[in-house]
Amino acid sequence: MKDYRSLQAVQADLFSGEISCVQLTNEYLKRIREHEQLNIFLETFEESALKKAKEVDEKIANKQAGKLAGMVISIKDNICYKGHKVSASSKILEGFESLYSATVVERLLAEDAIIIGRTNCDEFAMGSSNENSAYGAVKHPNIENKVPGGSSGGAAASVAAGMCLASLGSDTGGSIRQPASFCGNIGLKPTYGRISRHGLIAYASSFDQIGPFTNCIEDSAILLEVMAGKDEYDSTLSAREVPAYSQKVKESTSDKKRIAYLDCYVEHEGLNEEVKNRTVEIIKSLEAEGHTVEKISFDLLDQLVPAYYVLTTAEASSNLARYDGVHFGYRSPNATDLLSTYVKSRSEGFGPEVKRRIMLGTYVLSAGYYDAYYSKAQKVRRIVKEQTRKVLADYDFIISPTTPHPAFDLNSQVDDPIKMYLEDIFTVQANIAGLPAISLPLGETKEKHPFGIQLMADVFQEEKLLSFSKQLMNKYSLKKGEA
Amino acid sequence: MLAKEIYDKYEVVVGLEIHAQLQTKSKAYSADSTAFGAAPNSNVSPISLGHPGTLPRFNEKTLEYGVRLGVACGSKITYENQFARKNYFYADLPKGYQITQDTTPLCTGGKVLIKDENGQDKYIGITRIHMEEDSGKSIHDLDPYNTLIDLNRAGVPLVEIVSEPDIRSAQEAYNYVTEVRKLVRYLEICDGNMEEGSLRCDANVSVRLKGNKEFGERTETKNLNSIRNVFRAIEYETKRQIEVLESGGSIHMETRGFDAVKGETISQRSKEMAHDYRYFPEPDLQAVFVKDEYVNTIKESLPPLPNELFDRYTKELQLSAYDAEIITEDKAFALYYEELTKHTKNYKAAANWMMGAVKSYLNENALSIDEFPIAPKTIAEIISLIDEGAINNSIANQKVFPALLEKPNSSAKAIAEENNWIQESNSDAIDEFIEAAIAKFPEKVEEYRNGKVGLLGLFMGEVMKASKGKADPKLATQLLKDKLDK
Repeated sequence: MKDYRSLQAVQADLFSGEISCVQLTNEYLKRIREHEQLNIFLETFEESALKKAKEVDEKIANKQAGKLAGMVISIKDNICYKGHKVSASSKILEGFESLYSATVVERLLAEDAIIIGRTNCDEFAMGSSNENSAYGAVKHPNIENKVPGGSSGGAAASVAAGMCLASLGSDTGGSIRQPASFCGNIGLKPTYGRISRHGLIAYASSFDQIGPFTNCIEDSAILLEVMAGKDEYDSTLSAREVPAYSQKVKESTSDKKRIAYLDCYVEHEGLNEEVKNRTVEIIKSLEAEGHTVEKISFDLLDQLVPAYYVLTTAEASSNLARYDGVHFGYRSPNATDLLSTYVKSRSEGFGPEVKRRIMLGTYVLSAGYYDAYYSKAQKVRRIVKEQTRKVLADYDFIISPTTPHPAFDLNSQVDDPIKMYLEDIFTVQANIAGLPAISLPLGETKEKHPFGIQLMADVFQEEKLLSFSKQLMNKYSLKKGEA
Repeated sequence: MLAKEIYDKYEVVVGLEIHAQLQTKSKAYSADSTAFGAAPNSNVSPISLGHPGTLPRFNEKTLEYGVRLGVACGSKITYENQFARKNYFYADLPKGYQITQDTTPLCTGGKVLIKDENGQDKYIGITRIHMEEDSGKSIHDLDPYNTLIDLNRAGVPLVEIVSEPDIRSAQEAYNYVTEVRKLVRYLEICDGNMEEGSLRCDANVSVRLKGNKEFGERTETKNLNSIRNVFRAIEYETKRQIEVLESGGSIHMETRGFDAVKGETISQRSKEMAHDYRYFPEPDLQAVFVKDEYVNTIKESLPPLPNELFDRYTKELQLSAYDAEIITEDKAFALYYEELTKHTKNYKAAANWMMGAVKSYLNENALSIDEFPIAPKTIAEIISLIDEGAINNSIANQKVFPALLEKPNSSAKAIAEENNWIQESNSDAIDEFIEAAIAKFPEKVEEYRNGKVGLLGLFMGEVMKASKGKADPKLATQLLKDKLDK
């Protein structure tokens, strides 16, 4: 089978009869089986995927196929799909089957996407290396002994390994963009409130957003277009109209943009030399092309990660209270009464990182500590939001590296949570401020290890963000000329 | 037991928290039904079961009902309503937290008018009224080995009504809960059924020496499930606290339960063991904004309230406080009376009918006023027939009223005419009966004329018998007297 890298290429072959959805799905399933040792998929949905593939083939024959016909897509193991298992890569939800489908799943299926399986991730989306999974770490598909990033590591890897055309992940502090950077694909985190969270297993409700991994901007655009927009099941969602992203992104523009880069990002001491050089190179090139690119000082960098961890763990401590061994999921066989049901089920069911964050979150909400931590972090959040949006009132985008370095070694950081938390240093700002951000695979080290460049825009500016991303991909992508 | 004078040195201070289940059709944050009495765990969905990935959906009716209550109490309605999570683990709380309001309760301030110990008007202040969701139910006594959980109630909307510590006796607390229950029923936001748990009450009780300004340390007695038990628990708790203080002890803040069989409160949790609920803003719901126009619309649509009716009945309609109290006890009953007074000006007679014949019929047949077959207009007609002298009271009560119950669609007049119950007001006709009676007992006439005036009753009886009860008794008595005194 061809190595398809866009839905357009797939559909061309489908509509010409070169290939069928069933063949396509079987090819992907075969590839997943052949690379089981990478531990990317927790489960393939072979039966329902092939059934859907057959249905879509019939629709294609009758010229009734939906927009996403031929889109074989994987979903992160924290997105619910009716009648299918979902575990958030946790033992506490081992064997749990969802009674309903997430809004995004329903919308994808309605447009004839084929959901091929659920991908491994960090437990409850907590992690930056995909090593915190109860079902084992995901291995980087293209670089030996490296992590794929996290928490949507399996999702990023599934696209990078050619096991599907696209994938859905979730991004709370960088969980889409960071693995996209490590795996060399495009990862989009939309504006908070753009895509329904109904059916996304919550980590931190006021930060979480679902978004796609793809190989081309057109695919990000069409997936966003299908998934975005109001949903009666999520009251934090915006009622804003959804632009026709997939059409808009096709229109070529040569507008000159105003782009800011933050001093503290580009001059960050932990920043890898090659990542820095590439970032500066692109900045210079953009300037040379007539865009306005300016350095902005931003002095809240040191507050971002602490505020992020205080707020997300607070919400997580409450969101994860429902996994108590009483109503569903794992119940310890050693439990004898209500208290031991709680204590043993949760102690045995959650992994160490999840426990650490529940403890931290419980602590920052406790009487006597609330003001010192939770309230203060909320204030920081407000200020970060104000200051970032102030910058974005003057500039179209903020450009930065997505991650301080390319993929790191497996097992190299598991014992140092603080170091692991700092992996998010460039990505959390978008979640704290609720902004859309995208990681584009524009960088590569001498050893051919990919890394991403991040663009951030003001709220609900996905249309502009995607158009400009396309320009950048055309100009700076190192994989130009592929199908 | 201490001497009465010792107890009398103290005064009790009570504040009540009342949870009222709102009678919305669906739950506070999901579309599940709220119907009482459904099979266990049947009114549930992934949302109310707290399944992974579910989010709450706010039911606007909760807000409407809460605003109705707030407006009726004269509370200030909060513009920006945020929701908060109250975190605690319990088997019947599926999410591990309750969605409630913390820093921005829907209503603040306001008051409820009650009668104090001496029957005088007294206002009890309202601190706050906020919206929240109910938990499920843990059933401990059905299975000998397991606690059973029913989640039908999980997510049913509630308002919590927190009073100021203005209550000064168990009787006032009793009157306050009675009044609040009446109010929520009038507003049709809660059925007020304490046995089914639709209305539940927690009592904060402290005592202090009379004249002291400072409040004593308080205890909170939870889950009082009848108005009577609110009274009993406060009585008990007052005595207990006084006895502790008098024996040199002190009261500590704690949560207590009430044993209705023994009539005693029991310590459940000390302050040190108190939950830290870790309240924080609910990130899954946006704030709900309540505009002035909305509040005004609710204000205009409010039904008449029991206090307003009581005032009107005692002042304008000149009913006794007792009558007004009984009539306004139940909204539907009061509305029947309201309708009745549109058809008759004899308000007192109307009240008598309501509290007499109508109420006894309802009681005997265990019916509510909604099920009463006779229209208010027809009762008014009976009253006017009496007032016109067409029928007398006993015919009305014993004949016309029962006949109307059989044929509720007839008019009272038609029934009375059909059955020949219109009383004889024609003096010629009555004269005939009188002549006949006098002729029947000539020697009794003699005795009467010699001073045995008590015999008048015998002649009247004879006249009524002969007229088959239709002779207007007033007129007949007059005519008979005239005849005999000649």
